[in-house]
Amino acid sequence: MSALISIKNLYRHYGDYCAVNDVSFELQAGEVLGFLGPNGAGKSTTMRIISGGLAPGSGRITLNGIDLMEQPKQAKAQLGYLPENPPLHRDLTVDEYLVYAGRLRGIGKDKVSNAVSRVKEQCGLNEVGGRLIGQLSKGFQQRVGIAQAIIHNPRVVILDEPTNGLDPNQIREIRKLIQNLGRKRGIILSTHILSEVQAICSRVLIMHKGSLAHKQAMTRPDNGELLVLELDNPPSTEALEQLPGIARLETLNPNRYQVQLSEGCEISSLAEQIVNRGWQLRELSPAGHDLEQVFTRITSLEPEQ
Amino acid sequence: MIAAIAGRELRTLFFSPLAWSLAAVTQFLLAWIFLTQLDSYAQLQPQLATLESPPGVTELVISPLLDSAALLTLLVMPLLSMRLLSEEYRSGTIDLLLSSPVSMTQIALGKFTALATLQIALVALFSLMPLSLLVGTDIDLGRVAAGLLSLALLLAACAAVGLYLSSLTSQPTVAAVGTYGVLLFLWIISAATSGGEASPLFHWLSLSSHFHRLLSGLVSTSDIAYFLLLTGFCLALTIRRLDSRRSQGAAA
Repeated sequence: MSALISIKNLYRHYGDYCAVNDVSFELQAGEVLGFLGPNGAGKSTTMRIISGGLAPGSGRITLNGIDLMEQPKQAKAQLGYLPENPPLHRDLTVDEYLVYAGRLRGIGKDKVSNAVSRVKEQCGLNEVGGRLIGQLSKGFQQRVGIAQAIIHNPRVVILDEPTNGLDPNQIREIRKLIQNLGRKRGIILSTHILSEVQAICSRVLIMHKGSLAHKQAMTRPDNGELLVLELDNPPSTEALEQLPGIARLETLNPNRYQVQLSEGCEISSLAEQIVNRGWQLRELSPAGHDLEQVFTRITSLEPEQ
Repeated sequence: MIAAIAGRELRTLFFSPLAWSLAAVTQFLLAWIFLTQLDSYAQLQPQLATLESPPGVTELVISPLLDSAALLTLLVMPLLSMRLLSEEYRSGTIDLLLSSPVSMTQIALGKFTALATLQIALVALFSLMPLSLLVGTDIDLGRVAAGLLSLALLLAACAAVGLYLSSLTSQPTVAAVGTYGVLLFLWIISAATSGGEASPLFHWLSLSSHFHRLLSGLVSTSDIAYFLLLTGFCLALTIRRLDSRRSQGAAA
């Protein structure tokens, strides 16, 4: 099966400024792709181009096998998009707005009310259906924004900072929703929150100054925990790899490793073994910091202009 | 799709007090003009009766009324059309349209349909006043129909001009000012005369000359074509503008 989204050699200039520089990637069904990068790195521009809101300078974009440039209507029918500012009509009620969004996305008149009640259920909007969008809190508005992006059951969902402005409980709910959505669809998600990427994304792309600076697969939680290990007196890599409990090992720098625990192994027993062997354990922590380090390393290579 | 876009737009227009207040104010002003015209016609009637072929009530009351209606709606139109696309740019809701499987043509036509529907409603309201004369007297229905047709065509052209100017900017007020400028200019352009005669080009370009010919009961293809051409031209410009905005980026 071909990829849900395939981007090839995408460029986009604003005047002399190059906002997107030779970006290529693919997304398969069932993947949640995290898009990271500092402000102005070109994340939103890339997402707007994929959503059809902005024409690419050059490059090829196919959504579910359909070329976005050649058959824009058919391609966009596969797509749901939540921009950075949710495109809400503040003077409509939630129900009216969702009906409108559904009709725009090509849902037939007779099916649209079913779609609206389904999506309201999914996004927790049942109590606010009759209220004006302009009077809702930011959290609810954000959920309405997500609802309009998924009302037509698109194969591809693009969410630009979906948890922006939400409180921690709402963030948790939205993350759960995104994870559920991601089972059958392909989702691209941009965010500034690194832990969010780790919580829900299966893969991460870091953009910097318009180019893709880093691609990395996030290990899924069910494959065993991912840890960072630092030793003051490290043995050879082979010796470490043979340690029971370590399923996979990656050297980050001479004293520092990224370790994947084998299933059923407790962190404490790993620590105990290391200490017993006299390797002088300095750090053993969840690999959350790893992404952060990658991010900082990539995005602070050159001073900001 | 066009119906969905137009329906949403009409909803917004009618949920805001703007459309209602404009309809009420124009209707009130027209009613005033109508009554004064009718009054002076009633006073003149004894003298008219002595003429060989006296001008009827249609010519003396209804045509001037429709003429005033045209001017009034010319003033009202920019206020209705200014938000059509500017507001979408400003609030970012244009992204919803752009990421949906709709073409630029459908967006432009949807917006235009909404405004045109509103106008047909306005013209229908206006037409009730002259038609009320049917109760007491005979009126030249053919001429009234020609007058209403000219009014509808004029308003459609104005709506298209307003839509285009609204597609140029994300500031509704700028769109309104621009629309005022273009419409009034097209209205008075035939006033530019050289040696007492209006230049044929300006005369042809002028909204008012075509409108008045239709209003006088002279339904000619060229006048109808003028309005349809102007409408189509502005719609085509709007579609082009939406396309170029997409390739240029967010510069609004």
